[in-house]
Amino acid sequence: MSRADHAGADRDDALDVREGVDDAILSARDLRKYFPVTGGILKRTVGQVKAVDGVSFDVAPGETLGLVGESGCGKSTLGRTVVGLEDATGGSVRFEGEEVTEASSSRMRELRRDVQIIFQDPASSLNPRMSAGRIIGEPMRFLTDWSRERREARVHELIEEVGLGEEHLSRSPHEFSGGQQQRIAIARALAVKPKLVVADEPTSALDVSVQANILNLLDDLQDEYDLTYLFVSHDLSVIKHVCDRVMVMYLGRLAEVAPTERLFESPSHPYTKALLSSVPKASAGTTTDRIVLEGSVPSPENPPSGCRFHTRCQEYIGDVCETTDPAFRDVGDGDDEHVCACHHYD
Amino acid sequence: MALLEIEDLHVHFHTEDGRVEAINGVNLTVDHDEVLGVIGESGCGKTVTVLSVMGLLQSPPAEVVRGSVRFDGRDLLPLSDEELDEIRGDDVSMIYQDPMSSLNPVLSVGRQLIEPLVAHRDISKSAARERAVEMLDDCGLADPERIMTEYPHELSGGMRQRVMIAMALITEPKLLLADEPTTALDVTIQAQILDLLRDLRAEFDTSIVFITHDLPVVSEIADRIAVMYAGRVVETCSIGDLFDSPLHPYTRRLSESIPSLEGTPGRLPVIEGSVPNLLDPPEGCPFADRCPEHHGDVCDSVVPAVTPVAGPHDDHEVACHLYTDLSDERPPWPVPGAGDARVGDRGRGSTRDAADGGRGRPGTESTRTRDGRRSDGGTGGDRQ
Repeated sequence: MSRADHAGADRDDALDVREGVDDAILSARDLRKYFPVTGGILKRTVGQVKAVDGVSFDVAPGETLGLVGESGCGKSTLGRTVVGLEDATGGSVRFEGEEVTEASSSRMRELRRDVQIIFQDPASSLNPRMSAGRIIGEPMRFLTDWSRERREARVHELIEEVGLGEEHLSRSPHEFSGGQQQRIAIARALAVKPKLVVADEPTSALDVSVQANILNLLDDLQDEYDLTYLFVSHDLSVIKHVCDRVMVMYLGRLAEVAPTERLFESPSHPYTKALLSSVPKASAGTTTDRIVLEGSVPSPENPPSGCRFHTRCQEYIGDVCETTDPAFRDVGDGDDEHVCACHHYD
Repeated sequence: MALLEIEDLHVHFHTEDGRVEAINGVNLTVDHDEVLGVIGESGCGKTVTVLSVMGLLQSPPAEVVRGSVRFDGRDLLPLSDEELDEIRGDDVSMIYQDPMSSLNPVLSVGRQLIEPLVAHRDISKSAARERAVEMLDDCGLADPERIMTEYPHELSGGMRQRVMIAMALITEPKLLLADEPTTALDVTIQAQILDLLRDLRAEFDTSIVFITHDLPVVSEIADRIAVMYAGRVVETCSIGDLFDSPLHPYTRRLSESIPSLEGTPGRLPVIEGSVPNLLDPPEGCPFADRCPEHHGDVCDSVVPAVTPVAGPHDDHEVACHLYTDLSDERPPWPVPGAGDARVGDRGRGSTRDAADGGRGRPGTESTRTRDGRRSDGGTGGDRQ
């Protein structure tokens, strides 16, 4: 435990330079979320999965901040913790300067209006027994004191905004295609006029031709509602297409944060480099300069010491990688826009 | 003779709601030592096609209405299960998207690997075991001896996929049917598996049918591509042609609508509407009501025939009225090497094509058609 604390403290110091972002809509500091692992007939806690283990970042109003990583790296857990669907194990989340993790339940209810989430699988995130209209109206019933008329007017407005029609309001989720279901989920998220929307793999369950529709819709709605997105995805091409800045996550930690163009043009962390080179190019022929990572992601229950990537790193430089947790360093123009946690840059 | 020839295959499913015409006249050939990529969106029939090759469709509800599937010259469709068992898992094997659901959870990896060898070869158990260890090693699994004794749940996703590939290739099949083999995997693991399939193909001279919805993935491994839409093959061409000169409007839109690392940000071109309901398939071209190049009645009333297109590569075929004699329209994009003739093997083309040369593109017309349709249906986007 003390190790993790210590590591967290190190990271905070390195990131303190970035505290200048005063106008951040959301700030996470040393955010941690551990899940207990139980074993034996008494279901005693025998270990912890450190899904999110000391993550700090700021989201600027109006931006689309991407969060990319492989399955199990903790990106969805991070998104869910930010929204308050998971209680943080430690660290802080501040929304517009206010500490969310300590908010009272009545205050939390208000905060939920400001922060909404869109899930990966629309089919399982919509109540099959409710009509589309009721699904979209539900958040307003619980989170606002708007009159029935106002809520109904808003539902009609929303269904049009997401590209469906009024005749769809009385239908059940199973009567819609996947893309239409995701449109309904988006309408539900926007019903209470949130400021920040966490989009957790919003197009991963959809066909490519439908994906383009949904990405365009999210883009339109961002302009209309002045939305800020935290966009979680494993798909680097999608991330590159929609995000202003990108955070790369590996095994519960951030590896690199940079503006999108800079990340894709000059990735600094060895993991980012490998990840980018793994993406198949949309052109004929075999990618030749690919960095193929050995093995697979270690268990987050027992993450490697030091730098968590050292077991697979193609640029391993020695003992320091195994013993010391790398701190974030500026690898860009000195404006702390492009930071990377790797001993190469110490 | 091609290794696999699928000819005019029709497969219907008898469901509670009626008859679903899942496959509607599919023709595909796979040559020796060739990787054929089959791309298409969910429900286009790509999986059903390979399942019918393997005789793995459950009947009922499935019914192979007509067509033939010839493997090495032998028609597989009339064969009994016992006869098919001699071919399945020996000369033809299959890998699936989700390794966990196709590996037996209660048998060790070793037992599952040895099984096809013992079933199809006159080989002792110990020799089979030795071969299995070798195969795991070939598939890039470290410590194969230990993995032989492990169970599927003890392995990671990438390792399971490698085990499944080892199992599929252990009999050195002539044909491997790979159904979305990397879709459930992370990109770094996907890269490993694609490398592995390429290496193994070179080593064993295996032909592969690689099914995927992911165009960039298939470009890494395939020699030739078949694009499927609503139970039909709409275009087949070399992988080079797919990127340099795709001809079918669906293929063109599909490749444009995928965000890529090389692409520029901005709005993505989308395909309006959604795939037709195969319970009641449209009379004409299945893509007609979403087609940006829609040019009138012929698209709505006649299913376009698969037509060879003249060009630098003689194996480019497309099913679209822009390339048939039934319509006067010509594609708005250059058809490489075709000159004025739009169709390779038909004489009628050239004079009329020359006359058509000065005519404007049907852009305005098709836009109007699509808008009209949209207001009829009352919705935009991915309507059902």
